[in-house]
Amino acid sequence: MSLDGNVVEPTGPIETDAVIVGAGPVGLFAVFELGLLDVKAHVVDILDKPGGQCAELYPEKPIYDIPALPSVSGQELVDRLMQQIQPFGPTFHFGERVDVLERLADERFRLKTDAGTEFIAKVVVIAAGGGSFTPKRPPLEGIEAFEGSSVLYSVRRMEALRDKAVLIVGGGDSALDWTLNLQPIAKSLTLLHRRDDFRAAPHSVSKMRELVETGDVRLMIGQVSALQGSGDKLEGAIIKTKDGEERIDVDVMLPFFGLTMKLGPVANWGLALHENLIPVDTEKFETSEKGIFAVGDINTYPGKLKLILSGFHEVALMAQQAARYVYPGKKMMFQYTTSSSSLQKKLGVS
Amino acid sequence: MVKITFIQPDGAEQVVEAEPGVTLMESAKLNDVPGIDAECGGACACATCHVYVDDAWREKTGTPSQMEEDMLDFAFDVRESSRLSCQIKLTPDLDGLVVRVPAKQF
Repeated sequence: MSLDGNVVEPTGPIETDAVIVGAGPVGLFAVFELGLLDVKAHVVDILDKPGGQCAELYPEKPIYDIPALPSVSGQELVDRLMQQIQPFGPTFHFGERVDVLERLADERFRLKTDAGTEFIAKVVVIAAGGGSFTPKRPPLEGIEAFEGSSVLYSVRRMEALRDKAVLIVGGGDSALDWTLNLQPIAKSLTLLHRRDDFRAAPHSVSKMRELVETGDVRLMIGQVSALQGSGDKLEGAIIKTKDGEERIDVDVMLPFFGLTMKLGPVANWGLALHENLIPVDTEKFETSEKGIFAVGDINTYPGKLKLILSGFHEVALMAQQAARYVYPGKKMMFQYTTSSSSLQKKLGVS
Repeated sequence: MVKITFIQPDGAEQVVEAEPGVTLMESAKLNDVPGIDAECGGACACATCHVYVDDAWREKTGTPSQMEEDMLDFAFDVRESSRLSCQIKLTPDLDGLVVRVPAKQF
């Protein structure tokens, strides 16, 4: 509190017991197991929602090998985990990717996200699954040179596209939404999709069709076969349609082909890696760095199976060691949620 | 057993044998066929097991479902012969099937 009684917003890094990197099912259950041992957690995920692959790749697909749930959809599993961890009040940081992880002189860790959020944590739990979801990059020759300047996978500032010849590629909601948003300010807007059938919301599709009707948007059915330009400046694209090839002027291309998983910054954190996976021991699920744990699909050890249920087991054991780091010297007593009044109090059920 | 020939972009051919009932994607993964990534493990959710079915076999393999067609939007260089190999179940009918692996799966 400041002198005049106002709450002063904390500036600078967030101090916490644990930072969990990844909000997939295993990262979420880590909140639970850590919470039972009084280890408070912040959770960071690059997606804008919890659930990781369950929510992003197969929200509606049933999973059949979660114990005691004969069939559960990816989204329902996530919803139930969110409900289960609610008593521990985790703080989520969605839409952020942890870029920096380094050890401080006092043995704690400093983490920083691409959005600038900083944490100081006693332990770090990497539950990053297949890595961070990143936009799929069309495998066109020379595209790397244009990325970031004239090939964009997301729009941070619409103004940057004013009076540009914009090419949007794709047929889902992202492609259609940006077509509708950018058409009024772009010099020209071409929407390119491989078929004349769109997965996007019907009202966006009909709006787009109106703009095509009035000549404000050009709709092309086909695929990009090559890019032209110099340096980082795109100048044109060769479009292959069923009638042959056509070159169109393009200043900026926005490809929307969904997401794929890449290991990403985890590779730069100084951890031992084996084929893009993080080796851990099977007692504590700790990495080559003391205090940094890896659980779920991103770790490897003899006999590893990439199953959600294996990840659940891993976080339970990991939490024991994490709690020893957070509360050094404290005697650990193993307890059951069925009978322990102190655990039940933490769960808010006693 | 069902025999399948996978042809790589450079023309290299690999003949694999699979039990009827497994998917074309699974037969590729079991035999380490390069270029079939199958990131999502067969959930029709990623489009990284994209193949081109040889014209002579297109009738027998059939056409993509609506869900598969939607997912093909996320593949690169999609052609009329494009299929996701996780959505083709191998039957004795398909013995001798020939498919081509695209140059890139994204």
